[in-house]
Amino acid sequence: MRESRLTWRIAKDRGFRGMIIFLALLSMAPLVLIIFYIMRNGLLSLTWNFFVELPRPVGEGGGGISNALVGTGLLVLIAAIPSIPLGVAAGIYLCEYREKKLAYWAALAVDVLQGTPSIVIGIIVYVWVVVSVGSFSALSGGMALGIMMLPMIIKGTEETLMLIPHAMKEAALALGVPYYRTILKVILPAGASGIMTGVLISIGRVAGETAPLLFTAFGNAFMNLNVLKPVNALPMLIYNYATSPYPEWHRLAWGASCVLVGFVLTLNLSVRIMTRRWKVQF
Amino acid sequence: MLLTCFFLLLCLFTCPATRAGSMELIGAGATFPYPLYSKLFYVYWQQTGTKINYQAIGSGGGQRQLVNMTVDFGCSDAFMSDEALRTAPAEILHVPTCLGAVAVTYNLPGNPQLRFTPDIIADIFLGKVARWNEPRIIAANPGQNLPDQDIAVVHRSEGSGTTFVFTDYLRKVSDAWEKRVGRGKAVNWPVGLGSKGNPGVAGVIKYFPGAIGYVELGYALLNDMPVALIRNKAGRFVRPDPKTTSIAADIPLPEDTRVTLTDTDAPLGYPISSFTWLLVFKDQAYRGRSEAKGKALTGALWWMIHEGQQYAEPLHYAPLSPEARKKAENIIRAMSYYGSPIHP
Amino acid sequence: MEALFTPERIRSRKLSVKGREVVFQKTVFLSALFIVVLLLGIFLSLIVYSYPSLNTFGASFLFGRVWNPVRGTFGVLPFLVGTLATSFLALAISLPFSLAIAIFIGEYSREGWLSSILKQVTELLAGVPSIIYGFWALFVLVPVIRKMEIGVGVFPYGVGIFSASLILSVMIIPYTASMGREVIALVPSDIKEAAYSLGATRQEVITKVVLPYARSGIMAGILLALGRALGETMAVTMVIGNSNLLPKGLFSPSNTMASVIANEFTEATARLYLSALVEVGLILFLVTMIINIIGKYIIKRIRVGG
Repeated sequence: MRESRLTWRIAKDRGFRGMIIFLALLSMAPLVLIIFYIMRNGLLSLTWNFFVELPRPVGEGGGGISNALVGTGLLVLIAAIPSIPLGVAAGIYLCEYREKKLAYWAALAVDVLQGTPSIVIGIIVYVWVVVSVGSFSALSGGMALGIMMLPMIIKGTEETLMLIPHAMKEAALALGVPYYRTILKVILPAGASGIMTGVLISIGRVAGETAPLLFTAFGNAFMNLNVLKPVNALPMLIYNYATSPYPEWHRLAWGASCVLVGFVLTLNLSVRIMTRRWKVQF
Repeated sequence: MLLTCFFLLLCLFTCPATRAGSMELIGAGATFPYPLYSKLFYVYWQQTGTKINYQAIGSGGGQRQLVNMTVDFGCSDAFMSDEALRTAPAEILHVPTCLGAVAVTYNLPGNPQLRFTPDIIADIFLGKVARWNEPRIIAANPGQNLPDQDIAVVHRSEGSGTTFVFTDYLRKVSDAWEKRVGRGKAVNWPVGLGSKGNPGVAGVIKYFPGAIGYVELGYALLNDMPVALIRNKAGRFVRPDPKTTSIAADIPLPEDTRVTLTDTDAPLGYPISSFTWLLVFKDQAYRGRSEAKGKALTGALWWMIHEGQQYAEPLHYAPLSPEARKKAENIIRAMSYYGSPIHP
Repeated sequence: MEALFTPERIRSRKLSVKGREVVFQKTVFLSALFIVVLLLGIFLSLIVYSYPSLNTFGASFLFGRVWNPVRGTFGVLPFLVGTLATSFLALAISLPFSLAIAIFIGEYSREGWLSSILKQVTELLAGVPSIIYGFWALFVLVPVIRKMEIGVGVFPYGVGIFSASLILSVMIIPYTASMGREVIALVPSDIKEAAYSLGATRQEVITKVVLPYARSGIMAGILLALGRALGETMAVTMVIGNSNLLPKGLFSPSNTMASVIANEFTEATARLYLSALVEVGLILFLVTMIINIIGKYIIKRIRVGG
């Protein structure tokens, strides 16, 4: 009887392990399926024309996604330029002045901001920027994306800086380097790849965002480099084309998805490589 | 590093100055005429270099963005109500650009050609008629093999002029509809799925067996989807096409052309037809707009109601009747810049 | 290295070292302050712009089941139900998978080729943009679900609460998985070894020692996943069916708070309509904020306490 009880327990153990492995493997299935379908439907669309042409009117074949590619690049640039310095500075504060009251509230604010749904940020930027300026613009779209990038950059900076050994800071201070120079010229460069990781992750996240752009960047059938005018973006193009009934537009959407997913995956892999290099340093 | 940031910022913000060259206009609104407008604006760009960026976000959106002054013109198949015009910041004009038909399209095996009477349509969208092989539908379609299948109603999920036209028709032909739902750009649908834009609705119906919905005619035909013949006021079963749409508009028009054409008296007319309008402010000197912009807008509008009309029929829209065009010309002529007319 | 504080250099500097110190400290201080001000600004704007609706409907907004732009009556209950239904169902579906990943990587095989593949896949799942999920779900998942609904005898919409929950569950797997892995790996070996020495099998150690010990961390991971699910917009909008009626069942088309805003925001013409939508945004903001704060609080306690 003891034996059968033991056998049962061993069987449960084996079964449990099998189930865990099975479920874990199964959870990889969606990713594989998504990449598979995107490749299968989209790879064929990736011709040279696809990347350099503008979209054509409804009902005509051909056309490309050039304005969406440029638009996404423009939006990310507008988002990154203010957010990176601001985010790094705030991250420095959160790390160096941990004990202060503002640090507590700022950390809380960062957490709340990170969890805020992107559609709510779209509403906010619409009422703050679009209505007062009087027009949809790449600028407002970039601002919405910038607000979304901030929490990730701040957290990335804060966590990176916290990992740097105190000894470095103390050594520099002991040599007479002023405090601000220590941070700027010693600590920051040491944590550069970690901070860069945070920046890249936030770019990857934000390049694929659609919701906040719906009410801000607005979309554009033409190429646009003017930040004060509306601009098209990859995710918006995918959304508009995917929900249309035209097979040529579906084809373009699959191709655009290929590009977007490829971009995000590449970004993720580069982050992985950078993290590995950085982790070895200390 | 700071220096490069500074230079980048400089470049970004001098961009507006360097791009003084080509004129750009922004418009937003209905998906109803989108296939036509995307063609028109593409041709116009090739001919004149003026870029007109039109985003089809729905008629409600078109009206709202114009009132907010975030776009140069709005587009709507539902004319603005008197109250909306009263509360607008300045006087708004409706310029009719073409006519379109709201078709009832569906997805059944074999794409049969169906006929509907007004009461059947109203009851389907009210949820009272729930299956395809219901006696009334069979009675109206003798000889058709209707499956024993649920009817899946598809409607618009956002504020839409197409919905306005369709519900305007339904409330004229069904008291129950008037009482329960009413007319509007976005209504409280008793049944059905919502989808975004005319393209969204057509997209759902195309891939969904048993579905039925209302879309602008062009969307159904461009996708090889069947459209129903509908019995009009005179008792004829009419097919939606540019001719029957034009006939439905063959009625006396008010000066501002704000009128619905549904349930038309014209004996050969299609009962769910409508104008589609471009909405602009009468005086273009608002928010510091330049006279050049006002000129560009009136020029584009003038082109649309004249040379642009040739592109309507191939895309299944109806060109303006001579009388409608004359009224449209008068309205464009009324547009001014600080009081002086732009396009005399 | 050149000397910093030679007399000539100090004299020639435009701003003294002390001055630069102050500038630096002020800059980082203001940056941190900016974040707080930004968040407060968001909160206040949401309240200000939803004021007409708050004033008109008051608390009945939360329980109103009619969303009727024509008549001007607005109630958020259909979207509240849609949001909660999709989010909790998504959590329930994803939990076995994310726990399995967490247990496998945290307990069975911390190094090893399979676990590093799993780690990579989980990170990638988190990185795929939501529009891609929505697009894929619309074209691949929905036809499959439609066939299934015909088989089950339900109306073959293909879209609806179930479809939205399904794609949502895939999207939130990484959150519980990574949090769960962290806490499972942190379980002290001595209590595990104590259990082994008493003759427990691996499975028994995991289910009776590790998981209970890591319970709060897993809870935090669930809350984070929930927070993400509640606010997800694009993927849900594309497969939820966009119906403003109170959903009747699992396979009904519906709307979530996020998707109704995405659908109707640009077209809301009346002031009350617009403010009702902003109020929906406000409610969404508050709900996600509370869930996230609770989740982060638990995590902080775990990381500090150990």
